[in-house]
Amino acid sequence: MKPMTEYLIALAGNPNCGKTTLFNAITGARQHVGNYPGITVEKKEGFHLFNGKKLRLVDLPGTYSLTAYSLEELVARDFLVHERPQLVINIVDASNLERNLYLTLQLLELGIPVVLALNMMDAAANRGIEIDVEELSKRLQVRVVPTIARSGQGKEDLVTAAAAIAATDPPWKPLHISYGADIDPVLDQMEADIKGAQFLTDLYPARWVALKYLEADEQVLQKGKAVNAELSARLEAIAESVDAHLQKTLETYPEAIIADHRYGFIAALLKGGVVRNKQKTDRLYFSDQLDQVLTNRFFGPLLMLVILYVVYKFTFDYSTVPVAWFEAGFSALGDLMGSLLPPGLIKSLVVSGIINGVGSVFSFVPLIMFMFLAIAFLEDTGYLARVAYMLDRIFRTFGLHGSSVMAYIVSGGIAGGCAVPGVMATRTLRSPRERLATLLTAPFMNCGAKLPVFAMLIAAFFPARHAQMMFLLTLLSWLLALCMARIIRWTILRGPSTPFLLELPPYRLPTVKGLLIHTWERTWQYIRKAGTIILALSVLFWALMTFPSLPESERQLFETRRQQLQNQLPQPASSAAAADPSTASGDQEQMQEQLLAIDRDEALATLKNSYAGRFGMALEGVSQWCGFEWRTNVALLAGFAAKELIISTLGTAYSMGELDQEQGVSLGERLKSDPHWDRLKAFALIVFIMLYAPCLATVTCIAKEAGAFKWALFSMCFNTTVAFVMAVMIYQGGRWLGLGG
Amino acid sequence: MSTVLLRHMAVGQKGVITRVTALGELGRRIRDMGIVPGTPLQIQGRAPLKDPVAVRVRNFTLTLRNNEADYIFVEVDEPA
Repeated sequence: MKPMTEYLIALAGNPNCGKTTLFNAITGARQHVGNYPGITVEKKEGFHLFNGKKLRLVDLPGTYSLTAYSLEELVARDFLVHERPQLVINIVDASNLERNLYLTLQLLELGIPVVLALNMMDAAANRGIEIDVEELSKRLQVRVVPTIARSGQGKEDLVTAAAAIAATDPPWKPLHISYGADIDPVLDQMEADIKGAQFLTDLYPARWVALKYLEADEQVLQKGKAVNAELSARLEAIAESVDAHLQKTLETYPEAIIADHRYGFIAALLKGGVVRNKQKTDRLYFSDQLDQVLTNRFFGPLLMLVILYVVYKFTFDYSTVPVAWFEAGFSALGDLMGSLLPPGLIKSLVVSGIINGVGSVFSFVPLIMFMFLAIAFLEDTGYLARVAYMLDRIFRTFGLHGSSVMAYIVSGGIAGGCAVPGVMATRTLRSPRERLATLLTAPFMNCGAKLPVFAMLIAAFFPARHAQMMFLLTLLSWLLALCMARIIRWTILRGPSTPFLLELPPYRLPTVKGLLIHTWERTWQYIRKAGTIILALSVLFWALMTFPSLPESERQLFETRRQQLQNQLPQPASSAAAADPSTASGDQEQMQEQLLAIDRDEALATLKNSYAGRFGMALEGVSQWCGFEWRTNVALLAGFAAKELIISTLGTAYSMGELDQEQGVSLGERLKSDPHWDRLKAFALIVFIMLYAPCLATVTCIAKEAGAFKWALFSMCFNTTVAFVMAVMIYQGGRWLGLGG
Repeated sequence: MSTVLLRHMAVGQKGVITRVTALGELGRRIRDMGIVPGTPLQIQGRAPLKDPVAVRVRNFTLTLRNNEADYIFVEVDEPA
């Protein structure tokens, strides 16, 4: 069988032009999401079979331009010049043609063959915009296909046109635009020099390189220097002299002139009836009317609170049931394996290490699905952009971005969230420094796994003030997260804020297909993560808390105690026992009770002897500064694997057996009666748990989302340091004020 | 006819961009969005805390911070 002919086709377009919707419509479910090597920009690929040909489509990141300033634009540009697709399908929003064509011009200047998908024809028609498709096509010298991506209209025409053009494998034909008397002669001169020296011409057209030198494009300058430093320096000198001349005579810059002429070119292109506006342009459309309410000075923030709260409730309430199924499923699996395997290390590894560890992480899957569904909905309707717009003033004060709010809320800004989807939610942020600062501080929020520990400690030590304490803790987490973000942005992520310049797209109803694809992609990425890294780390933590096992002599002691107890049991089969079953079962029960007590003591001894226990005791010297003894230290170490483990480990450490989260009350009573504990220590512990290293699942997500393992490491160290400093301040300050005891 | 900074325009006020003085990344981002001399615009609204500002330009709505609007000069018909 001969291999199928394959064409590589790239999809390019502005954000909000319906590019992804069109990509979904063409490829259906046959797509694959990955990352461009080494960076966090998503790479989406899909296939479409057409007349026995395979079209490989790559959805480039949505960009307004092809400069070297943002990662997305660099990725898009590099893909085009390095992968050399046969063709670019450039999707433009027909209702917003002028600005969308700015990118088109840059594609044409690069010379790559283009098919224009004139999308959102319905929205344009609704706004009274009429476009002469044939005339536009003639003037631009490219095929223009009207489409409506939402309904799939025009999709076949587009694919047919694209396949036909790709089959001819057309050469690159760069478009020449006139940039006026000040620039054109220089450009010609530079172009000739570049052509003569074959300078970077293996990748880019000569005139395009010249243009980039005038625009002082960092990437091209760097590449140029590496290839031919002498010519590169000469070109830079020419560009500088043009720059100086323009500044002196016109008080402007080459970059500005170039942009002006591109927009001038577009204006000329659309003149003479190519685009006709039948309605007055300043008419208020439905979307604008909606904005008058939704971003109103008074109602805007109010409605935003309501909407964000509803999203939060939706995510966490509706996912409770499936999360419970997952948990029950894993616990049943654990029980099953527990009954099948013989007691011993293997059983402990499978049940406590693998199933518990991976189960606790897999239980998040429904939660993550719901969260992404909610966020995709807010994003696709256009509301998320409004949230960023309304909140930017506040978040900017702390070096963040208006869009940071979503990550904070999902992480537990309304107590009970989860930092895993929270960290993933920062993807909606396009400013790199702000995004990193957000995802590093979001784990300070009070996630759902911290709450049972708080509830236990509050119930035991502050019984009359439950609601007030929870409210205080929520405020405290916001305050500290924002302040830490400010500090991070002043120190390791120092730098001016990324330009805001956010488009408010018209409100639209998202397509179900788009929402589902989007949600599934994200969820699947998470599942893959949980299946690999988290499995390995769960086993590691299990080992830390199990090894080294108790020395044989000590184990023998527990065994002897058991034996002694069993020997005490009155011999059965006597007629007295048969006559009075209640006494016998009473004795039985008592003995069971005592046997369990021995088991618990042995578990405590094992824990204390394990690496984790030794680690906890070694740390007592430091942790006593905030009032923690080794039992707390071990529980905190376990909490790093998953915060849910804090209570159960404390239970073991206080010789109470493995406790469920619901059994925190008895643990609370136990701690309250312990002379070592007091309210001050409890509060210091609460604050420490609120702030210290995020759980493994979150740390894994941070590494992935930040694109480097060092950020995960930083997050663990930084958060634990902050937590330690705060806890010491509370404990020592409190003692100084005489609040302890 | 007078020239004012975009920051100082009132909601609903219209004008034509005369000059954009931003440099570097901000300058390029502003121009990429079609904010170039000769372009008509109208202030559509302001965020609840008066910043950022929403501008109607070339058939779409762009929001920018006040300190970014400070680089944009607009010729307005009547003083605000």
